[in-house]
Amino acid sequence: MNWETVIGLEVHAELSTSSKIFCGCSTAFGGEPNTRVCPVCAGFPGTLPKLNRAVVEYAVLVGLALNCEITRQCKFDRKNYFYPDLPKAYQVSQLYAPICRNGRLDVRADGEEKSIGIREIHMEEDAGKLIHDARSGKTFMDFNRCGVPLIEIVTHPDLRTAAQVIAYLEKLRETLLYLGVCDCKMQEGSLRADVNLSVRQAGSPPGTRTEMKNLNSFRAIARAIDYETKRQTEILREGGSVLQETRRWDDEKGFSYGMRSKENAPDYRYFPEPDLLPVEIDDAWLNALEKRLPELAHQKRERYVKDCGVSEKEAVIITAHKNVSDLFETLSELSGSPVESAHLVTGEIMRLLNQNNILPEELSPDARGLAFLVRLVSEGKINRNAYKETVEAVFVRGADPEKYIAENNLMMLADDEEAAVAVAAAVAAVLAENPGAKADYRAGKEKAFGFLMGQVMKKLGGSGNPDTARKSLKAALGE
Amino acid sequence: MIIDGKLLEYLENLSCLTLSDGEKERLSADLGEILSFMERLGELDAAGVPERSHPFDDVNAFREDEAGGSFDRSLILRNAPEKNGEAFIAPKTVE
Repeated sequence: MNWETVIGLEVHAELSTSSKIFCGCSTAFGGEPNTRVCPVCAGFPGTLPKLNRAVVEYAVLVGLALNCEITRQCKFDRKNYFYPDLPKAYQVSQLYAPICRNGRLDVRADGEEKSIGIREIHMEEDAGKLIHDARSGKTFMDFNRCGVPLIEIVTHPDLRTAAQVIAYLEKLRETLLYLGVCDCKMQEGSLRADVNLSVRQAGSPPGTRTEMKNLNSFRAIARAIDYETKRQTEILREGGSVLQETRRWDDEKGFSYGMRSKENAPDYRYFPEPDLLPVEIDDAWLNALEKRLPELAHQKRERYVKDCGVSEKEAVIITAHKNVSDLFETLSELSGSPVESAHLVTGEIMRLLNQNNILPEELSPDARGLAFLVRLVSEGKINRNAYKETVEAVFVRGADPEKYIAENNLMMLADDEEAAVAVAAAVAAVLAENPGAKADYRAGKEKAFGFLMGQVMKKLGGSGNPDTARKSLKAALGE
Repeated sequence: MIIDGKLLEYLENLSCLTLSDGEKERLSADLGEILSFMERLGELDAAGVPERSHPFDDVNAFREDEAGGSFDRSLILRNAPEKNGEAFIAPKTVE
């Protein structure tokens, strides 16, 4: 029997505005408990919310990037629930008229293109953090996160495999980062995904679905999908039925467990939010926002290849993170050499990121210093080894490239008489010290040349010009 | 609309209240009366009145995205029935 997995995603993205959605409290992550709180976000009676204009604009930008229809008159609704993470006892959200609808995001997974339908995007407020203390049996409440603006991006149940889900999430994250509306740090909870999953026999109507929460990394999401697919398939294969419920993933133990049964589905008693006026997006505002849409990753990839002469493979690596493509663009502009900049970013910089355990989103090197080095190497003023060494010094230790090159004598010798003398002396010394290699080369062993060349360059220190050295060595050996 | 035992029990759960038998009886009658009163709205001829979600005609009351205005923590916590100097404290909320 052929089983098919049907998956829909709800992604919550915290918007990177400076202030909260309905009050002026800061949205910065962390902070001592309850220090970014005011009577509005703490739900004090008699307070009134006032909508942050930037939240609407960010939501529209995401909607435009995801090919959505923008709801010209949208409004907020109250979702009532009794849980102390929101002290008002309701969450302001959008049920009846979400700000964006009917979009799509095209992804590539399992070797094929697939268009994932976006049902809607709505704006809402985040909830606070609760810490349950087992010892005292008490719950400690920190309201710093209450009222941090969120958008929830809801797909149609168009996804079929974990690979598609990951491809969708990666492209969504890339889009949000390029738009600059969310920092997408899953470990800090600024991007969170809930997975709705059911299993059915191919061609049958959808089965009963479960919702999985607490998925804090792409890896956890992929593992949770595999686990849940197996679990549901086994139940159905044995003639049982899947219980509709919310399940919590335990990444350490590699399994999920039911949180609360949806038989007793919560009744949120949604109603239109009376404290907030509707939001009307007219043509002028929408046009202005369309103009603000930045170049997105796939558009950058195309341009890098077409206009900058960067290889397709490098363009993919560069655009995987906005920070990396920002660095590439700065380096290209400052050095005037996009191809050399692309080599640096996809080669040395990627190696140094891995080696030093730096995440691409934390990348903030001295771009001016690196661009200076790109210029030197493309103009043939330093050799490749000196270049690599100085890049590492600038990147890892924040060295001043000019000073570093001077102190370590790495500047390539100019093609003047003095340099020619130094090279000739080095060649003569190396040949005198290595008669065996010299004889090997003359006997037709090409490999010996490489060895001798290495010795000459070593003698010259970092400042040797490989072309001059090669010519001089060839000439000396030809005698 | 009749408020029967089942509906009342549902409302009890939703509002996290526990009612005595006497209160249940009184509330059934009370809620029934409130609903009947509200049903009078249905007598109004609303044909030709456009659907709307807010009583005001205004739209777009925004504030600009500027951070500032959080309260001092001691002030925010002052009215809390239980606190520990940095957090509000509530009875345990998970099993």
